[in-house]
Amino acid sequence: MDPAAAKLIGAGLATSGMIGAGVGLGTLFGNYLQAAIRNPSAAASQQTMLFLGMALTETMGLFSFVVSLIILFGSGA
Amino acid sequence: MAQQPAIEPMHQFLIEKIWQGPVFQLGGLNVDMSITNSVASMLAGALMLMAFFALTARGEIVPNRGQALAESLYNIVDRVLVTPIIGHGGRPYVPYLFTLFCVILVLNLMSVVLSVGHLAGQDWTFAVTSQLAVTATLAVLTFFSILALGFIKHGPKFLGLFWVPGMGIAGGAAMVVIEMISYFVRPVTLAMRLFGNILGGHVVMSLFGSFVIALAIVGLSGGLASLAFIPSVLSFSMIVALSGLELVVAVLQAFVFTALATVYLNEVVNFGHGH
Repeated sequence: MDPAAAKLIGAGLATSGMIGAGVGLGTLFGNYLQAAIRNPSAAASQQTMLFLGMALTETMGLFSFVVSLIILFGSGA
Repeated sequence: MAQQPAIEPMHQFLIEKIWQGPVFQLGGLNVDMSITNSVASMLAGALMLMAFFALTARGEIVPNRGQALAESLYNIVDRVLVTPIIGHGGRPYVPYLFTLFCVILVLNLMSVVLSVGHLAGQDWTFAVTSQLAVTATLAVLTFFSILALGFIKHGPKFLGLFWVPGMGIAGGAAMVVIEMISYFVRPVTLAMRLFGNILGGHVVMSLFGSFVIALAIVGLSGGLASLAFIPSVLSFSMIVALSGLELVVAVLQAFVFTALATVYLNEVVNFGHGH
């Protein structure tokens, strides 16, 4: 296979790590909404925790994004 | 058919010299004092921030619009983050966290709002926080000052942070390794999160921007090709929607960076009070 093509395919495959981050974010916000509808008075106090969880989950997806950028633009090979 | 413009989503992140400054040697390192587009954007952000607080720092009982905005920014850091997470012991660190929040917020917002684009042979839009060097500097500065503060406040006892009780000697030793890895990966994730979010957002916006032009040029050739105007208009509405999303991301990432710094600081300030 042409190395340049393999590089592009590899960069695309690397972003499949974002699947996990997508599932995680869905779980996070879904469960938050469910809890918020059950007990609306407690919802506002947990928003900080929601965004913290979002940030930590999102990082996992961004790692795969960075890996794909390294494959695309990194020097060497 | 007209010449298709090249689609280069990464071109906007190139650092270019605007003004050639003096270069001198400092301890075997070449120090280049040139003003680049990155430096110019940071200076502009710093000036706007200072001007904003110089104009709004009034301390009147009935605030005007500017003072109300400045106060609500301060409340985000003080009332939403520091007081609930750290408690009263976090008061001395509010100035640092507020500075961090404001700097990231103004640099993020500048990169979305002030999209002047290409003018007079110069790209005037520059997303400073999409440079890993900038975000890594902020993250390393925050992380190591918090680490140093831990050792200054608690001395060698602070190493107990890595000790998980109730695991026995062997289990505890294994946990120390894992805890240390998860502790020292923090500045990496802090830097990567801000960098990845801003970079990703700008790449997507730039891509849809190129689609608008490229598809409109295809549509101009007439006939059946005029159908290409439909995805062109759709891409344009995508840019409008994405700009809205980027505004949210810009504020949210500044908030998240400060929130995580507050959580890390909490371990130091409330060390030993049960965690």
